[in-house]
Amino acid sequence: MTRARTKERDEYNRLARSFHPPRPILRNAVSAFLVGGTICTVAQVILDYLSVRLPKTQALAMTSSLMVFLGAFLTGLGVYDEIGRFAGMGAALPITGFANSVVSPAMEFKREGFVLGVSARMFQVAGPVIVYGSLSALIVSILRVYVFK
Amino acid sequence: MTLLYAFLVGGALCALAQTVVDLTEANPAFVMVSAVSLGAVLSGLGLYGPLADLAGAGATTPLLGFGHSLVTGMLEDVGRFGWFGLFTGGLRATASGLMAAIVFGYLMAVLFNPKG
Amino acid sequence: MNRRGASTCVFSNMPVIVSAASVVGPREGKGPLGSLFDLVCGDTLCGEASWEKAETKMLRQATDLAVTKAGLQDVHIDFFLAGDLLNQIISSSFAARDKDIPFLGLYGACSTIGEAVAIGSFIIHGGFAENVLVASSSHHDTAERQFRYPTEFGYQRVPPSQWTVTAAAALVLSSQGEGPKVEAVTVGRVMDFGITDANDMGSAMAPAFADTVWRHLSDLGRTPGDYDAIFSGDLGRVGSKAALYLLKKRGIDLSGVHDDTGLMIYDMEPEICSGASGCGCVASVFAAKIYPELKSGKLRRVLLVPTGALHSPTTCQQAESIPGVAHAVSLVYPGWEEKGS
Repeated sequence: MTRARTKERDEYNRLARSFHPPRPILRNAVSAFLVGGTICTVAQVILDYLSVRLPKTQALAMTSSLMVFLGAFLTGLGVYDEIGRFAGMGAALPITGFANSVVSPAMEFKREGFVLGVSARMFQVAGPVIVYGSLSALIVSILRVYVFK
Repeated sequence: MTLLYAFLVGGALCALAQTVVDLTEANPAFVMVSAVSLGAVLSGLGLYGPLADLAGAGATTPLLGFGHSLVTGMLEDVGRFGWFGLFTGGLRATASGLMAAIVFGYLMAVLFNPKG
Repeated sequence: MNRRGASTCVFSNMPVIVSAASVVGPREGKGPLGSLFDLVCGDTLCGEASWEKAETKMLRQATDLAVTKAGLQDVHIDFFLAGDLLNQIISSSFAARDKDIPFLGLYGACSTIGEAVAIGSFIIHGGFAENVLVASSSHHDTAERQFRYPTEFGYQRVPPSQWTVTAAAALVLSSQGEGPKVEAVTVGRVMDFGITDANDMGSAMAPAFADTVWRHLSDLGRTPGDYDAIFSGDLGRVGSKAALYLLKKRGIDLSGVHDDTGLMIYDMEPEICSGASGCGCVASVFAAKIYPELKSGKLRRVLLVPTGALHSPTTCQQAESIPGVAHAVSLVYPGWEEKGS
């Protein structure tokens, strides 16, 4: 048998797993905390600056746009993937990471053209975020408005 | 003071997500999707609003804040236009981020090449 | 019959590897074997407009170099066998486009160079060719964007994952001449032990390596001690441990003679994770390091076992497991007494 049976497969999977080096959970959490915290602090500085001049909703909206720009620009410079490699979710979870997930495929597939390359691939990772975000928000809102009034 | 809370809350959310990734060995795309959905749920439960008031950008910058904005937008528009607000509110409230992603995404792709 | 045991082919007229050439990217050039490669590209694009073009260029340079080093020209080559990691092995086809040589495209993932040497040796031993050119290549960035994420996407690499090498290598096999000789070949069976984690190719390939080595040794009635070294072609740290464990369970102890080419090409920075991989890894390490040592007699008999994870991103997303394959090629130094085998 060159194709292992279910029992052997489970056994082998367990064995292979035992050879995996442990993930540096604490170290990863600390770098995610520091980098993620720093990105949020930058956003807060921008928000504070804009809040003095604009109404609150507009200041918030403009802050997101600026953070997206920042993430996009750092991706363009080839810096954001290094930050992500170091900080993991600390770089991926903030909206700058969302921008990275949009810009990286857009840039990557430029060589395949501007329609089927850049724009078709742009939302490769961000698309699911928007789809599931919208759908879960819809369900939550329906529950809030019509079920748990 | 908000600056400190932004740092602590934003950092804590990221560290939490990272620990989930490490413990479950989940793919980053799945975690990003889950974070948005979780944000929506927390917002619906009325928990995310107070967090956003406390930590400002520390709560709105992570992807959970995206889910929160979608829900608050929908609820606002339902208040104004009735049930059809469910179809207008979400993207209205998050338009700035999405439009920026499209504009700057395209722009960066035109300007830069991947470095590998 | 030139077959020994169930599945090992032994050559009565051993084909000779008359030349070997390697072309690598900048990161490989900075590694511990950096000075041994024939050409090191200054950047990952090698002066081309895309990484795909760069990979083709490297493959072409490696083949040209190997032919020149053998003191031959393309007209003297009867067959060109090559493969790579890209969809439809397009880098190899593009490299073959510029050569007027009958071409056979091969796919065996990282085991491709083993497959190519095996088939090339069969062709020569069968009397169908005087000279056969074999080659394979991989490129870190073309593989990343095809198999994983866009290269600028900021995700964290996980510990069992392997780093695809940017390298191309080519060998010329001849019916006669000076050089290390192909003594025997064991073609591997496809083994699938149910690994579904695309980040753990080493473990997916380890059963194939263990099976092929075990069959090779038992077919020829040999022990690991009959070889100066046994090289696996990119199991990485994780896969090597699994492979040695599986062989030990069958009573074969490789410790002391085993080395993995995926652990030889880089200084093991954390980013490399479990080790290197890719068609170009085992091929270029063989061409740059193992081949010269065999030629000089520093190594007298080695077993080269390139291993391939036959992974497809599509079926992996459909939760299918990853099959592995490994081919064993036994090589001896030029002064080997034929009867001594």
